[in-house]
Amino acid sequence: MSTTTQARTAGPVASPGSDEVRAMLRTSDVSRKRVNRVMKVLVHAAFATAMVPLLWLLYTVVVRGAARLSPYFLTVSMRGVFGGIDAGGVYHAMVGTVMITLIATVISVPIGLFTAIYLVEYGKGPLARALTFFVDVMTGIPSIVAGLFSFTLFSLFFGPGVRLGIAASVAVSVLMIPVVVRSCEEMLRLVPNELREAALALGVPRWLVIVKVVLRTSVAGITTGVLLAVARVIGETAPILITAGFADSINFNPFEGRMMTLPVFIYTQYRVGLVPCAPSDLACVPDVNVLRAWAAALTLIVIVVILNLLGRLVTRLFAPKLR
Amino acid sequence: MSQRIDVTDLNIYYGDFLAVEGVSMAIQPSSVTAFIGPSGCGKSTFLRTLNRMHEVIPGARVDGKVELEGVDLYGPDIDPVAVRRNVGMVFQRPNPFPTMSIRDNVLAGVKLNNKKIAKSEADELVESSLRGANLWNEVKDRLHKPGSGLSGGQQQRLCIARAIAVKPQVLLMDEPCSALDPISTLAIEDLIQQLKTSYTIVIVTHNMQQAARVSDKTAFFNIAGTGKPGRLIEMDDTATIFSAPQQKATEDYVSGRFG
Repeated sequence: MSTTTQARTAGPVASPGSDEVRAMLRTSDVSRKRVNRVMKVLVHAAFATAMVPLLWLLYTVVVRGAARLSPYFLTVSMRGVFGGIDAGGVYHAMVGTVMITLIATVISVPIGLFTAIYLVEYGKGPLARALTFFVDVMTGIPSIVAGLFSFTLFSLFFGPGVRLGIAASVAVSVLMIPVVVRSCEEMLRLVPNELREAALALGVPRWLVIVKVVLRTSVAGITTGVLLAVARVIGETAPILITAGFADSINFNPFEGRMMTLPVFIYTQYRVGLVPCAPSDLACVPDVNVLRAWAAALTLIVIVVILNLLGRLVTRLFAPKLR
Repeated sequence: MSQRIDVTDLNIYYGDFLAVEGVSMAIQPSSVTAFIGPSGCGKSTFLRTLNRMHEVIPGARVDGKVELEGVDLYGPDIDPVAVRRNVGMVFQRPNPFPTMSIRDNVLAGVKLNNKKIAKSEADELVESSLRGANLWNEVKDRLHKPGSGLSGGQQQRLCIARAIAVKPQVLLMDEPCSALDPISTLAIEDLIQQLKTSYTIVIVTHNMQQAARVSDKTAFFNIAGTGKPGRLIEMDDTATIFSAPQQKATEDYVSGRFG
C-alpha cells in the first residue's frame, strides 16, 4: 500500500512502475468478453434467421415458376383458355401491371416530391406539422381501404360497379404517395445546408437552388426512394382486384374496361386450382392453373429485380463523384 | 470597382432574440476590414447581414440601415438575389458543389442562373477566376475532375474563384482559413492582399495575427454575457487596435488578457 502511494506521488520516476502499468494494461475484463461473444452470436443468428425465409421463398418461386415460364408464357394472354388446356400466359397481366404502376408513379412522384420539397425547404408552422401527421397516417392505410376509396370515387362518376385500370392506378397512388414523400424528405434533408447557402450567396434565386443544387445532389437517393415505393405497390392485389377487376384479354386502355395485373392473375389462377381431367384427354394438365400462378410470381419478382438494377444504375450515374 | 458600405444603427434579430445591437460602421472600398471578437459575439451574424444571407434563416430579421454606395440594401425595392450577386461570400468550411467539376464550380454562378454563355467566354472566365484565386496552375490540367477531390486549401480557393467569377463589388469571408493548415492559410492571405486592389474585402477571423497581417481596419465585437446582444466595441486602423486601442476591453482581448 505504502509503495503504491509512493509511486503515485513520485510521478515522473516511473521506471519501477512500468511493470505495474504493463500488468494493468494486460488485465482484460472477462465478463465483457463473454457479453461480446454472446452478442456476436445473437447478431449473426438474427441475420441467418432473417435470411432463411427469404432464400426459401426465392428457391421455391424459382423452382416452381421455372416449370412453366417460357417465351410463349410471356407473350400470350388467357383469352379462350379454359379447363386444363396446356396453353395461356401472362402477357395481358404484365401489360396491366406495367400500365397501372406507371400511371400510379406518374401521379405519385410529382405530388410526393413537391410535398417533400415543401416540407424541407419552405414548410414550418402548423401546416407543415399537419402535413407530416397526415403523411404518417396515410402510410398506415390498409391497401384494401385505398382500393375501396378509389372504387367509390370512380363509381360516383362512371356509374356503379365500374372497373378501370385508371381506378387501380389512383388506388395504388394513395398507397404510394406517403412512401414517396417520406423517402424524398429524408433524401432532401441529407443535402448539406452549406450547399444551399453557397448557391444563395452566388446570387441564385431560391427555386433554382432547389432545382439545380438540392434536387441535383439528391437525385440518386430520390430515384432509389421512388423505386422502393414502386416495388412496394407493384405486388398489391386487393385494391387492384376491387378497382380493375380481372380479365383474360389484353387491354392497353386504362380508361376503358377491366385490366389484369400479375398479383391478381396469381390470385385468380390459384383460386381456380386443380382441374378434373378426363383420363382419355392426354393434353389436359390437372395442375396447370397452379403452375401458371407460380410462373407469374416468378415473372413479378424478375420485374422487381430489373427495376432495382435500373435504380442502381441511375444511382451510380448521378451520385456525387470524389475523384 | 470596389464600393463602400455604411452601416447605421443595425439591430439583428433571430426571431425575438436580439443577437447584435446598434452597430454603425463605415467599410472603406479597396481595403480589408477584419472583424475580431470572442465566439458568439455576433461578428459572423453581422457579416451575413451585409449580403442579406442572414434572412435565409427562418425568423431572422434586421432593422437599421446597410448602404452600399448610399443605396439601402434593405430598401423596399431591393432584390436580395441581386444584393448577393454584388456582395459575394466565402464560408468557413469549403463547400464546392459535389456534383460539379472544378470548371463547373467556377461557372456555378452563371450555370445555376440558367444564363447562356459562349464556350470561349466561359473558358476565359474560368481561367481568370482561377488565376485570381491562385489556383490555376494547380488545376489547369484537371478542370473536368470533381471539385470535391481537391485538398481543403484548394477547395477553399476554388470557392473564392467561384465567388469572384460572378464579379461582385464586395467579398465577405467568414473565417475562411479556420479549417486550413498554415500553408494554405498563407496562400489565402496572399490572395486577400492581391484581391483588395479590386474588391472591398470583409473578413471574420479568430486569428488575431491574421487580422494584424491582412487587414487595414479592424473592428472588435464583444458580448456582455450569454443571452445579451453582441456589440461593436471599437473600430480603427488595425495598427491602432493592436497597439493603442481606446477601449480597455479591446486591449484585454488583443493582448490575450480576456475575461
